[in-house]
Amino acid sequence: MIHLATTGLGPVYDGINHLFRSPEDLLPVIAMSLLAGLHGQGDSRRILVVLPVSWIVGGLAGFASGVEVMPGVLTALSCIAVGALTALDRRMSSNLLATFATVLGLLHGWLNGAGIATSRGNLLALSGIGTAVFVLVATGAAIVVSVKAPWQRVVVRVAGSWIAAIGLLLLGWSLR
Amino acid sequence: MIGLFHTGKGAAAGFLAGLAHPLSGWDHILAMVAVGLWGAQLGQPAIWLLPVTFPMMMAVGGFLALIGVSLPGVEVGIAVSALALGMVVAMEVRPRMTIAAVIVGMFAIFHGYAHGAELPPGQSGVTYSIGFVISTGLLHATGITIGLIHRYRTGARVLRLAGAGIALAGVWFLWSAIR
Repeated sequence: MIHLATTGLGPVYDGINHLFRSPEDLLPVIAMSLLAGLHGQGDSRRILVVLPVSWIVGGLAGFASGVEVMPGVLTALSCIAVGALTALDRRMSSNLLATFATVLGLLHGWLNGAGIATSRGNLLALSGIGTAVFVLVATGAAIVVSVKAPWQRVVVRVAGSWIAAIGLLLLGWSLR
Repeated sequence: MIGLFHTGKGAAAGFLAGLAHPLSGWDHILAMVAVGLWGAQLGQPAIWLLPVTFPMMMAVGGFLALIGVSLPGVEVGIAVSALALGMVVAMEVRPRMTIAAVIVGMFAIFHGYAHGAELPPGQSGVTYSIGFVISTGLLHATGITIGLIHRYRTGARVLRLAGAGIALAGVWFLWSAIR
C-alpha cells in the first residue's frame, strides 16, 4: 500500500505535491496540455476548464465510493492514448476533444479520490491536485499554442510519442 | 492508494538507472545515433518519423520483456541493428518511408527487450521507464544534430564514413554475440 506523501504544509499542498511526484498522473496531464495546444487557442481554453473540473468531480465520486480498480493499468492506458494522439497530431472536433479530456479527468480523479479515501487522507488534497492540473494545462497549452516554426510542432509530437512509449512500459510494469 | 499516492522511494535512483541504461553499451549507443543520422540523411519527414518510431517500438520490446514473452537472439538482433543501420547510413540508402520505419521499428524491439527487464532491485519501474525513454530520445537527437552536416558536401561524406564505422563496429558486436 502506498500513501499520499505529507508535505507538512496541509492537504492542499499535499495534493499539489502528489501530482508533481506521480508520473502516472503527471504525464497524461502534460500530454493533454500538448494535445490541447496543438488544437489551438479556443480548444485549449475549453480543456483548461474541462480537465480540472472533471478531475475534481471524478475525485469526489471516487472518494465517495472508495473503490479503485486496476489503477496501474488504467493510468498506463491513458498515457498511451493521450501520448499517441499527440504524436499523431490528428485534428479532432472540439466536442470529441472535450469528451476525451472529461473521460481522462474523471478516470484519474476517481483513482485519486478513491486513493484518498482508502488511505484515510483529507479530501482537500483534491483541490490541490485540481489546481496543479489547471496550472499545468494552462502552461503547457500556452507554450504549444505560441509555437510557430514547423520543427517546434514536431518537438511537441515527439514529446507525445515519448509519453506513449512510457505509458506502454508502465503497462508492462503493471501487468508484470 | 496503490500506485498513485506514493512516497517516491527509489524514484530518483530508478530515473538515473533508466537514464544511464541506454548508455551502458556501445551497441545501443551506436545504433540509436545511427537512427538519427539516417533520419537526417533522408530529410523530411524521416528526420522526425524515425526517432518517433524507435522509442514507440522500443517500448513494445520492453513491454514484451516485462510481461515475460520470450524473444530469442536479442543480442544478435542488437548487433545486426548496428551493422544494418551503419550500412544504410554508409550507403545513404533511400527506401520508401514506410520501409525505413519498419526497419527501424523492427530493430527497436530488440533494444527495448534488452532494456525492459533490467531494473535494479529497490528502484521505481515508472521513473526507470521515463529515464530510459528520455535517454534514448536524446541519443537520437544527438544523431540528428550531427546529421545536420549532411547539407554540406564534405559533411555528407563524413556522415557516410561514420556510417561505415558504425557498420564495422556492428560486425564486431555480431562476432561477440555469436562466438
